[in-house]
Amino acid sequence: MPGTVGPMAAAPAFELRGVVAGPVDRPILRDVTLDLPAAGVTAVAGPSGAGKSTLLRLLNRLDDPVAGEIRWQGRPLSSWPPTELRRQVGMVFQRPPLFPGTVRDNLRVACPDVDADRCARVLDEVQLPPAKLDESASTLSGGEAQRMCLARALLTDPAVVLADEPTASLDGVARRSIEELARGLAESGVAVIWVTHDTDQLRRIADHVLALVDGRVACFGHLPDLDHHDDPQVRRIVGAP
Amino acid sequence: MSAGPMSAGAVQLLAWGGDAVSLVSSSDGSTNRADIGLAGLAASGILVAIAVAISLWRRLGLERSLLWASLRALVQLMIVGFALKLVVDPGDSLWWSALWLAVMLGFAAWTTKRRAPEVPAVLPLSLLAYTAAGLVTLGVLFGFGVYELEGRTIVPLAGMVVGNSLAATVLVSRQLMTVASEQRGVIEGRLALGLSAADAFQPHLRSALRTALVPQIETTKAVGIVMLPGAMVGLILAGADPADAVKVQVSVMYLVLGSVATTTAVMSLGISRELFTPAQQLRRFETTSTDS
Repeated sequence: MPGTVGPMAAAPAFELRGVVAGPVDRPILRDVTLDLPAAGVTAVAGPSGAGKSTLLRLLNRLDDPVAGEIRWQGRPLSSWPPTELRRQVGMVFQRPPLFPGTVRDNLRVACPDVDADRCARVLDEVQLPPAKLDESASTLSGGEAQRMCLARALLTDPAVVLADEPTASLDGVARRSIEELARGLAESGVAVIWVTHDTDQLRRIADHVLALVDGRVACFGHLPDLDHHDDPQVRRIVGAP
Repeated sequence: MSAGPMSAGAVQLLAWGGDAVSLVSSSDGSTNRADIGLAGLAASGILVAIAVAISLWRRLGLERSLLWASLRALVQLMIVGFALKLVVDPGDSLWWSALWLAVMLGFAAWTTKRRAPEVPAVLPLSLLAYTAAGLVTLGVLFGFGVYELEGRTIVPLAGMVVGNSLAATVLVSRQLMTVASEQRGVIEGRLALGLSAADAFQPHLRSALRTALVPQIETTKAVGIVMLPGAMVGLILAGADPADAVKVQVSVMYLVLGSVATTTAVMSLGISRELFTPAQQLRRFETTSTDS
């Protein structure tokens, strides 16, 4: 589509057209039009208040835009039953929301019929030992809790995982571990859309970068291309050498 | 007392809110032992004087409040008692009772709105909740002939329903709003996993309902051991057989339990529907920025 911003040739996962979100009198996202890829890791970067988290909430349909349209797999988001859409579009939050009970209880919220084998496999996928299954979720460390939340989201077999600054409150080791998980997911065919403030992290994980400034798309493309962008603010956002 | 419905000649139970005053006369109407007379009323005022004296002695500064509350209660109850006489006489039309009920329900809903203004659609929801509780509980009591359907039974029993449900209804309403705000992350965490709004909110709904009902259950359990309830005390003071007083009290207690359960259930289900959009999104009730 003419005027559409997007770095890929393949069919996009999400298509945004003229999207406005937030309060009508002071929108957070303003007239955003872009195609988000259905593969790889897309890092969403930009200053605070740029609309990064708002964008992710729209994609999981926790909020609706006040204007414009979002399509998922070619169909308007509003035409999908919200529960079905959200099982295809998983979301991991900055502060992992823990549900009462054990790790197993938490996994069962996402998939009530999950058996022990599947639980063990998904924990292995996020590098948690199976012994954690019967531990209280409230006793997990920050990194373990975030990995459990990722495991919970993976139990619905999502095509995309939205990650809203998932490592913001973690130490260096835990942060690297979650980043490796995201890369692993992308390589296994699950697209990852990852909000980050951290330019080093962005450069470690991103295939594509979407830079938002004041609720508008400042740039969207492959990371190496953006290193030579004309706008110094974009070069700063992507941490160009 | 006869085994059949409690009739006007046997028991006159007057109640307003959570308190109850009972008047009993013998079946031939010869004696009314509940009439303590003006002298008796004045003498009971000595107890207020004692409370005032304690306040003065300990410098609590509550003398004016004690006197004002006591005087206000006296005036309010006298007005209610006078008004009730217009409704509960056997010859009066039941329409007067219906009108009384309508005013009572409206006032209860308005009070709920005043105490929990942050609750969406609080006025229609609380009106629906109190009406549903009244229909269910009074429907059982009158449907099974526990009490005769007349003004002197409808109005006080409905007063018990509304009066005792109000605090629990406000409590459950405010708690649900607090949970929706403070537990937003957890609720949206469940929604993001593909749970429906009803399923995502279910644990919080259950918790709020338990919080509202547990005190009522504890009160019911403690009856007879650590306290004697008002209706029963009133009946016994007025000369009723304690066994008969117990039967009336138990039916009133069950009425209160049933009405609190019904009101809080209807209210909390209504609120949980209001909290979410048709797209299963948790609404925002405060002006807050959504972005980081």
